Amino acid sequence: MDNLQIATPEIFLLTATCVVLVVGLFLKREQLHLNYWMAQAVLVVTMIMTTSQIGDEPMSAFSGAYGIDTMSASLKSWILAIVFGGFLYSRDYLSERKIARSEYYMLGLFGTAGMMIMVSATNMLTIYLGLELLALSLYAMVALYRNNSAASEAAMKYFVLGALASGMLLYGISMVYGATGTLHLNVVNEVLAGGNERSVGARFGLVFIIVGLAFKLGAVPFHMWVPDVYDGAPTSVTLFISTAPKIAAFAMLIRLLVDGLPVLHADWQQMLSILAALSVIVGNLVAIAQTNIKRMLAYSTISHVGFLLMGIVGVSAAGYSASMFYAIVYAFTTLAAFGVLLALSRDGYEAVELTDLAGLGKRNVLLAGVMAAAMISLAGVPPLVGFYAKLSVLKAVIDGGYMWLGIIGVFMSVVGAFYYLRVIKLMFFDDPIVQTELETATDVTAGLAVNGLALLVFGIMPGLIMGVCIAAFA
Amino acid sequence: MTDSSSIILSLTIWIPILGGLMTMAMGNAKSRPFALGVSVLTLLVSLPLYFGFDKTTAAMQFTQNAAWLPGFDINYTLGVDGISMPLIILTTLINVIVVISAWEVIKDRPAMYLGSFQIMTGLMIGVFSSLDAILFYIFFEATLIPMFLIIGIWGGPNRVYATIKFFLYTFLGSVFMLIALIYLYTEGQTFSILGMHSLELGEKQQFWIFLAFLVAFAVKIPMWPVHTWLPDAHVEAPTAGSAVLAAIMLKMGGYGFIRFSLPITPDASARMDGFMITISLIAIVYIGFVALAQRDMKKLIAYSSISHMGFVTLGIFIAFILIGKGDSAGVALGIEGAIMQMISHGFISAAMFLCVGVLYDRMHSREIADYGGVMNTMPYFGAFMIFFSMANAGLPGTSGFVGEFMVILASFKTNFWIAFLAALTLILGAAYTLWMVKRVILGEIANDKVAALTDINRREFWMLSLLAFFVLLLGVLPSLVTSVMHASVENLVQHISISKY
Repeated sequence: MDNLQIATPEIFLLTATCVVLVVGLFLKREQLHLNYWMAQAVLVVTMIMTTSQIGDEPMSAFSGAYGIDTMSASLKSWILAIVFGGFLYSRDYLSERKIARSEYYMLGLFGTAGMMIMVSATNMLTIYLGLELLALSLYAMVALYRNNSAASEAAMKYFVLGALASGMLLYGISMVYGATGTLHLNVVNEVLAGGNERSVGARFGLVFIIVGLAFKLGAVPFHMWVPDVYDGAPTSVTLFISTAPKIAAFAMLIRLLVDGLPVLHADWQQMLSILAALSVIVGNLVAIAQTNIKRMLAYSTISHVGFLLMGIVGVSAAGYSASMFYAIVYAFTTLAAFGVLLALSRDGYEAVELTDLAGLGKRNVLLAGVMAAAMISLAGVPPLVGFYAKLSVLKAVIDGGYMWLGIIGVFMSVVGAFYYLRVIKLMFFDDPIVQTELETATDVTAGLAVNGLALLVFGIMPGLIMGVCIAAFA
Repeated sequence: MTDSSSIILSLTIWIPILGGLMTMAMGNAKSRPFALGVSVLTLLVSLPLYFGFDKTTAAMQFTQNAAWLPGFDINYTLGVDGISMPLIILTTLINVIVVISAWEVIKDRPAMYLGSFQIMTGLMIGVFSSLDAILFYIFFEATLIPMFLIIGIWGGPNRVYATIKFFLYTFLGSVFMLIALIYLYTEGQTFSILGMHSLELGEKQQFWIFLAFLVAFAVKIPMWPVHTWLPDAHVEAPTAGSAVLAAIMLKMGGYGFIRFSLPITPDASARMDGFMITISLIAIVYIGFVALAQRDMKKLIAYSSISHMGFVTLGIFIAFILIGKGDSAGVALGIEGAIMQMISHGFISAAMFLCVGVLYDRMHSREIADYGGVMNTMPYFGAFMIFFSMANAGLPGTSGFVGEFMVILASFKTNFWIAFLAALTLILGAAYTLWMVKRVILGEIANDKVAALTDINRREFWMLSLLAFFVLLLGVLPSLVTSVMHASVENLVQHISISKY
C-alpha cells in the first residue's frame, strides 16, 4: 500500500527549499536577510506537518522503503526544532562575517531533509541516500568559510574521512544484501531469523556497518576527525554538525541494528560496548587537556556518544528509549552551549579559547546562566535534564548486565564534571578580560532563554520527553 | 493523615526554592528583607512537623505520594520519621540565622547570595524528606550546585581550588551510590527507600552495595581519610557557607548511613563494623590532634567538625557489637546519641563559624596569632565565643555534652578501649577549643587592631543569642529531640537486628 502522504513533510521541505534557493538567486545583497526568514518559515511549516504525525499508526510507503512511526515522527520534530534554533543563533554570526549566507541556510535545509530521510528510512539504500544528502551538505557547509585555511583543511579532512566511512557502510550493506538478498530491513530480519547458514555473511557485513556508523557518530577509535572539524569549521557550522545529525545518526543506528539485525545482537552488543567504553574514557580524558572550547566540546561530544551507545548496549526497549532520550537531550543542550558561543563571537572576534569566557557572568548574566545550565546538564548533575539522560542509559546498561560499563560511565562522568565546571569557574569566578558590553538581538536572547529554561524545566519534568521515547519502543 | 498535613513537606521544600529564585530576580536592594521573609515563612511552615508529630509511631508521617516519572517508576514520595524530622527543623532554623548573618556583610550581589542559600535550604529539606531513592539522589546532588557557586563566587583567595575539590570529591562519592540504587532497582523493581529496606539481599550483594553507599556518605560526612576537602572548603567559604556546610550538609552523610546503609545492608554493616569503628576512632583521636595544631581558626573548627562527626559514625556502628551482645537498649542509645550529636553539632558549629565570621568581618584575618585579648574590646562577643567553645568541648548543660555522652555511654557497653579512645575527645576537644579561646579571646590586647575592635551590634547579638538559646535548651532538655526519635530508632534497631539472608 502506497501512502505518499506520510512523506508530505519531506516532500514539502525539499520543494520549498528548491523554491527558496531559486528566489535567493534574485535577491539583492541587502535583501539577503529574507533568505533567513524564508528558511525559518519552511522549517516551521514542516515542523507543524511532522508533529501532527506523532501518535499516528505506523505506516509505510514506497514499497516499504520509507515508513513512519512514533520514533521517526518525534525525532523529526526534534530535528526540525533544533535546526530552527541553530539558524536563529547563527544568523548574526553569519551576516557579520559575510559568509555566503543564503547557501548556509540552503545547505542546512537540504541536510535537514537528509536527516529526515535517515530517520524514516526502512530500507538500507534509503538510509544511505539520506545519509549522503546530509553528509554532502555538511562537507559543503564546513567549506563555506572559503578564505579561512583552517575551515578548508577541516572540510577536506571531513570529506575524505566521511567518504571512507560511507564506503565502509555501503560495503557492509552490500554484504548483508548478499547474505539475505534484500535491502528491506524488516525482510533482512525475517531472513536472518529463519536460518543460521546465512548469518555468517551478514555478520561479516555487520562489522563494516558498525565501523561506518562509528565513524559517523565519532565513536573512539573512529573519532579523529571530530575535533579537527569542530575546531576548523565556522562556529555556526559546528553547531549544526554537533546537534541534529546526532539524533539522525541515532535513528540510523536503531534502524540498521535493532530493526534490521536484531538476530545478531550478541555480536553488535559486544562491539558497541567496547566502542562505548573507549569513547567515554578517551573523550572525557582528552577533553581535560583542551584549551580551545570548540575542541573541548568536540571531545565532550565523543564522550556523550559513548553514553548514547550504552543505552543500545542494554538491548532492551527501555535501553533504546533511553538512548533516544539521550540523543534528544544532548542535541538541545549542545545547541544552547554553541548558541552562547555564537552570541559571544562578534565584530570579527571569535570565541574559541576557554579564556574568552572569563567573567561572562559579569558581562551578561543571561548568556552565562544558559551556558552554566548547559554545562551542568552535560555533566549530568541533577536537577538538570542531562542527569535523567545519564540515569536512563545507566539503568539500561545495568539492567542489561553490563555493570562494568556502568561503572566506567559514572567514573568518567566525574572526570567530565571537571572540565564542565572549569567553564563555570571561568564565567563566574574569574574577572572578565574583555570589558565590552554584550548585547544580543531580542529574538536570539529569547531563544537562548527558552533553550536554557528547557534544560531546567525538562529536568523537573523529564516525563514530557521520556513519555514519547518510551512510547516509541513500546 | 489529613490532606492539609500531606503538603507541609512540599511547602517546606518549594517555598524556599521558589522564594530563592524570586530573591535573585528581585534585585539587590530589596533582596534582604525578602529573603528574611522567605526564611521565616519556611521556618513557620516547618513547625507543624514538630508540633504535630506523632511520637508513638515509627511509620512515616506527613507523607505525600505522586507519580512523577511513571516510565521509570520514580515517584515524588515525601515523608518524615523521628530521624529526619529534627534535621529538617534544624535546617529551617539555621536558614533564618544564615540570612541574618549575611545582612550587611555581603556587599557583592547579595540577591544572588541570599537566593542561593534559600534554594539550598529547600534542596536540603528535600534530601531529608525524600522517600524515593532517586528523588533523594536528585536533591542530594543538586545541593552541590548552589554550594559550588557560593564558595566559588563569595569565597576567599583560594576559592576556586577549594570549590572544585569540594564538588568533585562529593560528586565522585555519590555517583557510586547512584549505581547501587539502580542495581537495587533491578533487584527489587522499586525505587522506594522503604521498599529497599525490606529487600532480601545476599552477602556479596550487600557488601558491594554497602561499599557504594560508604563512598558516598563517608565523603559527605566526612570520615577520615576522605575528609581533606572539608578544611579547604570551610576555610575558603564565606561565613554563612561554612555554617551551612558544617551545620547541615555534613548531616546528609550521617543521615544517609542511618537511612540507607544500615537498613538496606544490615549484614554487610555488621561485618564491616570493626573497620567503621576503627576509622571513626581515628577521626576522633587523630583529627583531634590535627585540630590542636591549626593556626587558622576556621580550619581548627573544620577539623573539630570532622572529629565530632567521628562520634556520629561511632555511635551508628557500635550498634552491631551491641546487637551481638543482645543489648538493644544500648544500640538505641548509640544511634540516638549519634543523631543528637548531629543536631547539636548543627547549632554549635554554625555558631562557631559565625563567631569567626564576626571577627573576620572586623579584622579580615582568621589567623589565631593575629588576635589576643579580644575580651577587652568585645566583652559581649567574648562571652558568646567562650560559651560556644565550651559547648563545642562538650560542657555538661550544653547540647554538645548530650550526644557525646550518649555515644560514650553506649560504647562502654561494647568495649572499654573503644570507650576510652572515644572519651579522649573530651580532653582533646577541650584542649583545642579552649586553647584557641585562650589565645584569641583572653589575655592582654595583642595589637592595635584588636584594640580598635568594636563589639557586636544588635543583629549579631540576636543571631548568636538565638543559637545560644538552642544550645542551652537541648543541653537542659535533650528529651525535646530524643523523645521524638525514640520510636523510629527502636524500629530501626529491630530491623537491623534481623539478618537479611
